[in-house]
Amino acid sequence: MTVSADIGQQDLSRKDMGHEPAPEIAAPRRVFPALIVLLGALFALVPYWGDDVGLRESFLLAAVYITLASNLNIMIGYAGYINFGNIVFFGLGGYICVDLVTRWHWPLVAAGLMAGATVSLLALVFGAGILRLRGAFFALATIGVNEAVRQFVANFEPWGGATGIYLSFDAYEPLGGPMSALWLVYFLLVGVMVLSLLLSYAIKTSKFGLGLLAIGQNEDAAGVLGVRTPLHKALAYSASAFFPAVAGGLFFFKSGIIEPNGAFDLTLSIEAIVMIMLGGYGTVTGPLLGAFLYEELRGYLLTSPTISQLQLVIAGALLLAMVLFAPGGLVGFIHQRWPRSRTILQ
Amino acid sequence: MSALLEVSALSKRFGGVQAVADLSFTVGKGEILALIGPNGAGKSTVFDLINGVFPPDSGRIVFEGADITGKPTYEVAHHGIARAHQIVQPLAGLSVLDNCLVGACYGHDNLSLAAGREVVREVAALVGLADRLAMPAGQLTTAGKKRLELARALCGRPRLLLLDEVLAGLNPTEIERMIEVIRAIRARGVSILIIEHVMRAIMSLSDRVVALNLGRNLAEGSPPEIANHPAVIEAYLGDPKLMTMSGAQPS
Repeated sequence: MTVSADIGQQDLSRKDMGHEPAPEIAAPRRVFPALIVLLGALFALVPYWGDDVGLRESFLLAAVYITLASNLNIMIGYAGYINFGNIVFFGLGGYICVDLVTRWHWPLVAAGLMAGATVSLLALVFGAGILRLRGAFFALATIGVNEAVRQFVANFEPWGGATGIYLSFDAYEPLGGPMSALWLVYFLLVGVMVLSLLLSYAIKTSKFGLGLLAIGQNEDAAGVLGVRTPLHKALAYSASAFFPAVAGGLFFFKSGIIEPNGAFDLTLSIEAIVMIMLGGYGTVTGPLLGAFLYEELRGYLLTSPTISQLQLVIAGALLLAMVLFAPGGLVGFIHQRWPRSRTILQ
Repeated sequence: MSALLEVSALSKRFGGVQAVADLSFTVGKGEILALIGPNGAGKSTVFDLINGVFPPDSGRIVFEGADITGKPTYEVAHHGIARAHQIVQPLAGLSVLDNCLVGACYGHDNLSLAAGREVVREVAALVGLADRLAMPAGQLTTAGKKRLELARALCGRPRLLLLDEVLAGLNPTEIERMIEVIRAIRARGVSILIIEHVMRAIMSLSDRVVALNLGRNLAEGSPPEIANHPAVIEAYLGDPKLMTMSGAQPS
């Protein structure tokens, strides 16, 4: 071919200078998944070795938050669709799992997986409908879905209506009593957290993820380039529902009670968005960092006598500050400061 | 030359505006067909219709024997039609590489990421973006973004390339180079349907020209035929007789 790279070099490179020469584009490194698994092991073992129940409870909540934030990030950070009602997956998963365990005496793990699969399938069906909406309309529709499900459950007698379902102590017997059940649920939740992060990483580095990122940037252009946009969005919505539903099942099994207002709490939905923005949307590490820091901060604020009422006010101020000064979140900031970190910190 | 794309009796109306009216033309295999016409003649609408951005009111679009009328954009892309937009549409937050990779992996050949990277490297060298692959697409210059449009479309390994004013906004040197690139693309057996206002490019590039006015087929023929066609001159400049009259008047 006579026409080659030199076409562009003279006329274009002048203004495009000022960036470092393109590094050789390597396949993403494989260290990152190993780091995630290592982190999960630390998460599981540190409270266990120290036999620190307080730390376990704090980490358990962090694992739930990280699961929620990481999966929500698939929609918000990758596909660019803001899902305000993401908590519906968590609540519905909780109900299905608790119902299967209490009424049908399913083993916990099977019930959790069933909850995940059912909610994921429902999300696929719902998603195909509401994902025709874009931007603010989609965001509003997701709140609508959450509120509708909450109202339905509050009037659904088999699930206890507005009072919800209580678990008796018998439910913990197959797991060796409440004491060991709490540890087991904790380990399972850490497992769900690790799998969520691995899913997020797998999607981000896959062809499917590339399609999602393209949709997030410019949906019409992505379509013209050949990305099957409706299918991609519905699959992403469905995939982002699975682990939150499993986490909901485990969490409410551990709590011993599930009722509509606690299960479909819109505040937690919005807090999950704050966590993503705090850590850095569109990255795997961002939601992890954001959710962990947010949980620690929240724990501190709630126990501090002077400002315990101001937790959400501070969350709001924090979000505002992040959006104004570091729109890429913590990870975005790190990437900007140290561009080389991009290859390691996904 | 057998027909690759057949457009027959295509019409599209937006409210009170008949954007495209009863338009028919064909693009042969390996041909460069230019679509010209004054602003508002309906050229980009024709692209949108072929591309599946919206369906036509009536008429048919047949590509390689398959009816693609009203198919969604991504299916049209899978059939092997790629497009470079007049108003650049970079996926600004993604790198130039990823932009092209979307085109390569989701285009006609449905490639894997690894195979897509190979295609991107090759196309980037052809188009002249090889040294900017790691850059965010939003940071490219206007000319760079134009190139990216072309590169991305090309990465999909299309049979037919729709080029919507890829030369607009470029300086004469850049135009010269872009024309070379387009020639090189055709040499690889890709047919091209091109909308362009730069007449020098039309004259040197295209095999045939279809002139549109008010959504209708005004004239069709070789570049010199079209350039001297009275109806085309009238559509662009007004009545030629009127012009000679006013020119003949002593000032």
